[in-house]
Amino acid sequence: MSETNEMTLIASKGTLDWAYPPLILASTGIAMGKEVSVFCTFYGLILLLKDLSHLRISPQGNPDMPMKMPFGPKWFQGINFGPKIPNIMWNIPGLELFATSMMKKTMKNNGIATIEELREICIEMGVKFIACEMTIGMFGFAREDFIEGIEFAGAATYLDVAHTSNQDLFI
Amino acid sequence: MSHQTLDMCGYNCPMPILKTKQALAKMDTKETIKVICTDKGSKKDFVAFCNQLGHTLVSQEDEGNKFIFYIEKN
Repeated sequence: MSETNEMTLIASKGTLDWAYPPLILASTGIAMGKEVSVFCTFYGLILLLKDLSHLRISPQGNPDMPMKMPFGPKWFQGINFGPKIPNIMWNIPGLELFATSMMKKTMKNNGIATIEELREICIEMGVKFIACEMTIGMFGFAREDFIEGIEFAGAATYLDVAHTSNQDLFI
Repeated sequence: MSHQTLDMCGYNCPMPILKTKQALAKMDTKETIKVICTDKGSKKDFVAFCNQLGHTLVSQEDEGNKFIFYIEKN
């Protein structure tokens, strides 16, 4: 084990599925005694908004996404519809929301925490979140849109924190 | 010896680790906690968790699809 025990992450994606990896790693990292900082930039900023209810998955452009129904008889739940559905179908309004609700149900059935729960644990345990000031301006967000207790800064702050970190991940 | 028991059956990664960490924070050194999980990844994860934090994984048993861990706080 090296002398420092810090982990730094860059969260850059803003969909429901991609919200998980940074929050799982950040919460697990801090549970394992690391000092954890997450720099949320571009779409990753969305992880810090007060309201997370709009988070969705997009099967669009993700042709191998496994898609199994979270209800019905066993044989039906075993069918992987993902590769069977032509990707163009996901252009139909409403289908993305349907896929999202199926994903949420599947997660619930599998005892997977919600993004809200994971984020709350992260904050409770002391994960430091840094919101990228530049992207906030670019997307037209206001500071009031974000949760309490986070830092607002730029790339230099992140690089300074990451400088002493021994685990640095871009997600 | 009586143990505090944490039942994490049905919960998936990373919840068993997070809840164990929170429970350990409220305990005294040398106290033991019993954690019951169904998460298949937990068998390796608890070894890594204890290894990183210096807690002792006193024993680990399987009971059907349940994994039981006894962890002594460092």
